[in-house]
Amino acid sequence: MIDLRHVSKTFRKRDETVEAVRDINLTIAQKEIVAIIGPSGCGKSTLLNMIAGLYAPSSGSIVYKGARVSDVNTDAGYMTQKDNLLPWRTVRDNVAFPLELAGIDKSARADRADQVIKHVGLDGFAHRYPHELSGGMRKRACLARMLIYGAETALLDEPFAALDAQLKLAMHDLLLKLAAETGQTVVLVTHDLMEAVTLADRVLVCTRRPATLALEQRIELKRPRDVLNVRFTNEFKEHYDALWERLRVEYQEERV
Amino acid sequence: MTAPDAELPAFSEPASPSALGGGFMVICQVVLGLVLLLLWQGASGRLVDNFFISNPLDVARRLIGWIADGSLFLHIWATVYATVMGFVAGAVIGVVLGIWLGVSPFTSRLLNPYLNALNALPKVALAPLFVLWFGLGIESKIALAAVLVLFLVFLNTYAGVREVDQDLIDGARLMKATRVQVITKVIIPSAMSWVFAGLKISVPYALIGAVLGEMIAANRGLGYLVQFSGSQFDTAGVFAVLIVIALLAVALNFLVEIVQHRMQQWRVIGR
Repeated sequence: MIDLRHVSKTFRKRDETVEAVRDINLTIAQKEIVAIIGPSGCGKSTLLNMIAGLYAPSSGSIVYKGARVSDVNTDAGYMTQKDNLLPWRTVRDNVAFPLELAGIDKSARADRADQVIKHVGLDGFAHRYPHELSGGMRKRACLARMLIYGAETALLDEPFAALDAQLKLAMHDLLLKLAAETGQTVVLVTHDLMEAVTLADRVLVCTRRPATLALEQRIELKRPRDVLNVRFTNEFKEHYDALWERLRVEYQEERV
Repeated sequence: MTAPDAELPAFSEPASPSALGGGFMVICQVVLGLVLLLLWQGASGRLVDNFFISNPLDVARRLIGWIADGSLFLHIWATVYATVMGFVAGAVIGVVLGIWLGVSPFTSRLLNPYLNALNALPKVALAPLFVLWFGLGIESKIALAAVLVLFLVFLNTYAGVREVDQDLIDGARLMKATRVQVITKVIIPSAMSWVFAGLKISVPYALIGAVLGEMIAANRGLGYLVQFSGSQFDTAGVFAVLIVIALLAVALNFLVEIVQHRMQQWRVIGR
């Protein structure tokens, strides 16, 4: 469904050029959950921004459902470490925001918003403002917002990096539940290998900048996955170790 | 430009008046005022020539005379009218310009050197031009007040629009927001706390513009009155007008405080 063909991206800032992504070829199938992992600042986020259509690649092309991405990809939902809720809107108004943009009338969108708010476990917080919520609740609100407008593809850029370990597990559980229900395609950028293996069908390891794909590994763990216990199975450990072996090389080079 | 959180130092009451004895402090302040008035009355004619500093009794007589014949209210009304109209005109143009340039990088770069030059120009120097353009009437005072307000509000609005989190804009665009929707539903609400900060600091400047305009060429208004009294060597008259202008400024600030209090919710959730 998503096809990256020889995608490269170079940023130019005055005389300085930074090559962020180099010649990436990648095909992501519908309903697949793909995790992209690599050292910080390696260009993973740039890759995601290009799939979202926020940046154009310097060379190569990105094809989404047969059409070349040349503008903002409105079939995609985007979620970053910073939760992009509008601070002057309540949770309900934030979640209903995509419906408001689509011109759906007020009572219909409030009803729909309340449904998804309940679905992500935020009932009772609909009238709160984002700054009154904990980090985990804000993530739930973001997921609810993505759910409400039926984004086909979820682009997640280290969405849970700022959460503590317990909250992260709860969010992983919710994310997998929602993805299974909606049949969403998920592209997750992370630097947490545990998270990548827990969630993904396929994990891609990026090199340091410029990002190229160093390793691709299918994660053959059965679904639905129990996010709490899957990490203690032997298969999980095998995947984890194989990926870590390759990833360590990248981190070691970074240290030198 | 001024960040929304920046508070200008004000000679207002301390944070917790009760800690300093509330009512007691008010009494002290009144006593201090009376003592200063007595010193003024005593010094006048003895230490300093009455011609230069007049005295409180003469000032009070002048004020009472103006109130009695109603002329003072005519002048106050002229100044208040020019201040309010100038503030509204300047604020509207400033906000619109700030948003427009804030969302059009090409235009803002194009106009950047000219706007800098205009902003660096002491706006008061435009007064003769406004008199030529708008005549001796109230319009030239409104224009001067407006131009002072305009730049302050414009710079704050512009900064506020530029400060808008790009991720919020990108997020809205991915949710199929049109350009107009991005501006009305993301950029403007997000810049609101900056706009309010700009409006707040520009209120006193509207008064300055109106009074200055009246001092240059007018036949009514407090600026005219202070100018006229001075040219008649009427020191008591000058002091009387200054007191009225000071009271007017205090009243305006009070008004701003009330409005700001009402807007508090915006400021808090605008972050």
